[in-house]
Amino acid sequence: MSKYREILFGPIFDNNPIGLQVLGICSALAVTTKMETTVVMALAVTLVTAFSNLFVSLIRNSVPSSIRILVEMTIIASLVIIADQIIKAYAYETSKSLSIFVGLIITNCIIMGRAEAFALKNPPGVSFLDGIGNGLGYSFVLLVVGFTRELLGSGKLFGNVVLPLTTEGGWYTANGLFLLSPSAFFLIGLLIWVIRTFKPEQVEEA
Amino acid sequence: MQNETIGKTFAVALGVCLVSSIFVSYAAVSLRDKQIENKKLDKVKNILIAGNLYDQSRSIQEIYNQYIKAEIIDLKTGDPLPQDQYNDDLNPDDFDIQAIADNPDYSEPLPAEKDIAGIRRLPRYMAVYRVIEDGELTRIIVPVFGKGLWSTLYGFLAIDKDFKTASGLTFYQHGETPGLGGEVDNPLWKASWKGKQLLDDQGNVLIEVIKGKVVPSSPKADHQVDGLSGATLTTRGINSLIRFWLGENGYGPFLKKLKEGSNNE
Repeated sequence: MSKYREILFGPIFDNNPIGLQVLGICSALAVTTKMETTVVMALAVTLVTAFSNLFVSLIRNSVPSSIRILVEMTIIASLVIIADQIIKAYAYETSKSLSIFVGLIITNCIIMGRAEAFALKNPPGVSFLDGIGNGLGYSFVLLVVGFTRELLGSGKLFGNVVLPLTTEGGWYTANGLFLLSPSAFFLIGLLIWVIRTFKPEQVEEA
Repeated sequence: MQNETIGKTFAVALGVCLVSSIFVSYAAVSLRDKQIENKKLDKVKNILIAGNLYDQSRSIQEIYNQYIKAEIIDLKTGDPLPQDQYNDDLNPDDFDIQAIADNPDYSEPLPAEKDIAGIRRLPRYMAVYRVIEDGELTRIIVPVFGKGLWSTLYGFLAIDKDFKTASGLTFYQHGETPGLGGEVDNPLWKASWKGKQLLDDQGNVLIEVIKGKVVPSSPKADHQVDGLSGATLTTRGINSLIRFWLGENGYGPFLKKLKEGSNNE
């Protein structure tokens, strides 16, 4: 049982794909200006990682190694297109602000990385859990970054005003830096610092 | 390993592609209607927002049917297109600007010196929306589009029944930087358009989106709108596109005809 728990929750703090492996940060910069897009993106990546792990694992024993990567890419790309279609159908407003970044889940290194590193060597059930786990790890970082950026950058959470802005008659002067991509770099950097302070074993040897 | 034979490689590749394509096509086909519906609804919603008619408690289609009368006009002459010439593409309630602008039958290339809005092709026809309240025309809503910094902005401009004062502006599709150029969606900024003079009595374009803030005491304040701070190029784009669409290549002839019509009554 503890093995499954390790697979599912390990990637959140102990082996976070963004925090420890520093994978998939490109999309973490792009979609975290608002909580709403962040949540949809986190969900999409989690589901795509889980299902790509599942399918890759299902056919792992019959895939010739020469076309292994191509097969993985095909599966991931199909899943991403399906995710994109679903978002466009059921969350149209959000899909407008996510625009190109849903399509770019294909290039998210976490998904490919998990398919290569885990799903090819493990049975489907565990691989699916591993996908969910890594998705959760990614979501955790995204949500922290998205929360901070939306709150400090536009004084809102999920589009609801929390800190009334001076431009709209309130008292909070929005920090525009948080709406620009570099701020996500700073926040992820701070987050990695915090995680590694509490988990010194993650610090690489100089 | 027997996995590595050429036959097996092809079989797996083919199998994976086949299964994936079935899933993808199924998703695309089964969700298509819903997506088209969403897109249309979003556009209608923005027409209502521009016309200051949007009300969350009522269905969008219901408000649209109650107040909006759509028609297609010929941009050059400003005359409405007779209804018998409507077809699948030229249809006021389902008008796709991008498709019309890309269709050589309904659009023409715009020479660079006239193309201040950066749209390259000018549609010959546009759908415009009359707001009818209690049987009287109170506003006219026209679609506008043009290049900002990263993207083409698509929006609606609502004009008062004097045909020279702005009553609202909203953009329903753009890809400007969130927080900077993306502030075109800011309700306060949008509200600042209300009451601005777009045209003078002769039909010359007055409206300007300036860099920085409008000085309220300035004699020009009634036809100037604040620029978006930190978004010089988006601001410039909006200035150009609004001026383009109000000018002689845009809705100039149409607005002039409307004005003459209302003066003769």
